Amino acid sequence: MTPPQRRRRYPREEPAPQPPQEDPTPQDGEKPPEGQKPPEGQKKNPERLYVIAGPDGGERTDLDLVTLIVARADPPPSATPEQAALLRLCTAPLSVAELSAYLSLPFSVVTVLLTELMTAELVQLRAPVIRQSLADRSLLEAVMHGLQKL
Amino acid sequence: MDFKNSDTIPGPRSADHLPHSAQAAVKIVIVGGFGVGKTTMVGSVSEIKPLTTEETMTQAGVGVDDNYGSETKTATTVAMDFGRISITEQLVLYLFGTPGQERFWFLWNGLFEGALGAVVLIDTRRLEVSFDVMGRLEERGVPFVVAVNTFPDGPHYAVEELRTALDLSEDIPIIECDARRRASSRDVLMTLMRFLHSLAMSGALR
Repeated sequence: MTPPQRRRRYPREEPAPQPPQEDPTPQDGEKPPEGQKPPEGQKKNPERLYVIAGPDGGERTDLDLVTLIVARADPPPSATPEQAALLRLCTAPLSVAELSAYLSLPFSVVTVLLTELMTAELVQLRAPVIRQSLADRSLLEAVMHGLQKL
Repeated sequence: MDFKNSDTIPGPRSADHLPHSAQAAVKIVIVGGFGVGKTTMVGSVSEIKPLTTEETMTQAGVGVDDNYGSETKTATTVAMDFGRISITEQLVLYLFGTPGQERFWFLWNGLFEGALGAVVLIDTRRLEVSFDVMGRLEERGVPFVVAVNTFPDGPHYAVEELRTALDLSEDIPIIECDARRRASSRDVLMTLMRFLHSLAMSGALR
C-alpha cells in the first residue's frame, strides 16, 4: 500500500498568526475596497481586551499560556468574586492555562482578570522561557535531564 | 493565607501545587488530527490529571465554518487539553494537545511562537490529515518531530517510506510510539529535545 504524498513548505518571510479568512486579507497599509467594511473581528491586529483594559496603554504585559502567576496578597475586600477566586488559586505558582482550567473561564477572560490584578499589584508574573530567547543549551539539557527521570 | 473560602472553586490538589521556587515554564505542543491520541499522550506523561483550557470563537470562525454566510453570530468553544511535568524546582514543562486546524491556534496567544517545539502525532490510517499541520509548522519555523501513534489496524510503513511520503528532510526525526504508554511518550519528548539540542548546537535554532 502506498502512502499519500505530501509536499513540504518553507518558512514565510513574515509569519502571520492571523485568524484565517475566506476573503483575501487586507495587507499592511492597504484599505479594503470602498463600501466594503471589514467584518467585525477581522480588522487588522485587533487589540486584545486586556490591552484595552490596561492602565495607560503603554505598558503591555504579554501573557502566555504558561506564564506563572503568584498571588502577592490576600484578596482585598474590593476584589470581585472572580478576582478573589483567582488570587486564592495562585497562592502557589500556577500557569495562566491552569487558572483558566480551574476557574472554567476562557483564556482571554483570565488574561483580562490578571491585567486588573497586575495593575493593583496583587499578582506577580514569572515569564516563560520561549524558543527565541534560547541563548544557551543548558535549558534544553535541563529539560532532557528532567524527562529522563520520568 | 486563608483557604477557608476557597472551597467553591476546585483548585489543584495540594500534591499538585508547584513549589514556590518555580521560576519559569516552557511548553511543548502536541498537534494532530482528531482522535489521533494527543490527549492520551499528554495524560500518559503528565504529573497532574490533564486539564482543559477553553476559548470561545465567534466571528473569527466565519468563513471556515459551515455556517458561513448565515447572519447569525454563533460561538464555538474550542478546548485544549494540557498536562505538566516538573523538570526542576525552578523549571516546569507544560504539554498542550491542540487540534490540527490552524484556525484554532490564534485563540491562544503565542501557542506555537513561544513553544520549544512541537510533536506532530500521526495515525497511518489517516496520514493526509497531518499534511496541513506540518506545512503550517514549516511556514512558522516551528521545529517539530513526527511521532507515529501505532494502531493495530493501521497500515505499517517503514520510516523511510514515511519520510518520503511526508517529504521530510533527513534530520527530522520520525519515531513510532504508543501514546498510552508513559515510557513511549517520554521517548517521543526526548526525541524532540535531542532534535532541538542538535539544532541549537548547529546554531539553526532561531
